[in-house]
Amino acid sequence: VIDLIITFATALVALLICLQVTVLLLWIERKGSALIQDRVGANRANLLGGLLPFNLGIVNTLMADPMKLLTKEDIVPAAADRFLHWLAPWLAVFPLFLTFAVVPYGDVLVIGGREINLQAVDLSGGILFVLAMVSLGVYGVIIGGWASNSRYAFLGGVRGSAQMISYEIAMGLALVSVVITYGTLDLQHIARAQGQLMWGVVPAWGIFYQPIAFVLLFIAGMAESKRAPFDLPEAENELVAGFQTEYSGSKMSMFMMSDFIEVAIVAVLTTTLFFGGWQVPYLYRDGFHFPGGLTVAVPSLLVTLLQIVSFLVKVFVFCWIQILIRWSLPRLRYDQLMAFGWKKLLPVGLANVAASAVLGLLLEGWTGA
Amino acid sequence: VRYHSSRGSKTGDGPTLNPYAALLINAALCGLVATILLFMSRILGRRRGSKVKYEIFETGNPPIGSLRGTRFPVKFYLTAILFIVFDIEVVFMYPWAVIYRELGWFGLAEMAAFMAILAVGLAYIWRVGALEWN
Repeated sequence: VIDLIITFATALVALLICLQVTVLLLWIERKGSALIQDRVGANRANLLGGLLPFNLGIVNTLMADPMKLLTKEDIVPAAADRFLHWLAPWLAVFPLFLTFAVVPYGDVLVIGGREINLQAVDLSGGILFVLAMVSLGVYGVIIGGWASNSRYAFLGGVRGSAQMISYEIAMGLALVSVVITYGTLDLQHIARAQGQLMWGVVPAWGIFYQPIAFVLLFIAGMAESKRAPFDLPEAENELVAGFQTEYSGSKMSMFMMSDFIEVAIVAVLTTTLFFGGWQVPYLYRDGFHFPGGLTVAVPSLLVTLLQIVSFLVKVFVFCWIQILIRWSLPRLRYDQLMAFGWKKLLPVGLANVAASAVLGLLLEGWTGA
Repeated sequence: VRYHSSRGSKTGDGPTLNPYAALLINAALCGLVATILLFMSRILGRRRGSKVKYEIFETGNPPIGSLRGTRFPVKFYLTAILFIVFDIEVVFMYPWAVIYRELGWFGLAEMAAFMAILAVGLAYIWRVGALEWN
């Protein structure tokens, strides 16, 4: 029974992390784009009809945006395929929610002599699961485009799916080289393996072993999440809003959410695989062990807290980098986009897998632990 | 220390529940939240429809005909086929990648042969122009 309760609690926490990060990203993106474009940005949300003399900014924007979206009229075009029209947003968002179930956001939480693994599901095939769930997102896009029975939506959907599957190969190859380094598919094991030190000083983070895979994964992940400079599926000046043209209200917000969750997932993956996940350098379960022999004991609860904070900070750093890229770079042309995926990322990915395999065998002990 | 995918090396005696059962619980929770979100506008939003509102957006014009039966570039189909070929290649790499240290040079040679065949395939579709969009 306790196990069940723990499972429910961790599942709830994973889902809450996912939702909170998403909603926060909405606000960060609005404010961030305003910063880049020298505007003020979202500043109108206020309590009591603006009676408060000050702007509660973040809090109210967080509440106002979803509330506004959720209370809009829900429109299903008369010519649309009703069932598929309803199904598409659900399919877009559900697998992405579920992805967070296998993400480790901390080491262990010790309560009453019981060690709780801070990961909703300790799946041995974690990387495969993430890859599977992320690629299921294609269905939401293509079904949404098809069901609307609109030419813009359809073109957006087809473009989107072709783009997503093209970049998925590069993403898969990047992940293969990571698996070669760590010899496991379990995300929690990968995060733990990065707690070691290289030459007793540098944290053994994945970025030092697989820098090329990091670049590949980050670019391919951004293309998967269909955001500028890869936002061809919803290119406003050609396709209105692409596959989500005929959606309104909460369904539209679900497509928007799926975008932000994908941003978060890319950030989570880069954090977990290349930047130590929840690891704080030199922090172990009993406290800090600095190189040079200095040790500072830290209570276990504080250690857990530091780890979770470290994880979230890293995730937001990578989300912010993606937002910066989105608002800085112009959109690619479609043939450039496909050529980049197939002619650049794919060969580089293959070469990287081959190189890490050969190097790994040549220098036994070069990789991982 | 080596880390393998077996659950035997798991540290911490956290949930001893079968991970797939835990995954089901997660899926149920996520599905529930997604479903609630889906129907939110139906429940909260007001509905004031009109014939024009339920028309498909076509830059302000009345929509011409239906999308069904409309043709679209065959390139998308080709991309999907190529994706299947190369994605399955990647899928075959995962089991090898997990235990590639045990397999050593023999496994690497096998995988190199497999990758070489697909590299030739990539070179071929490149030459033939299957990757060009115009």
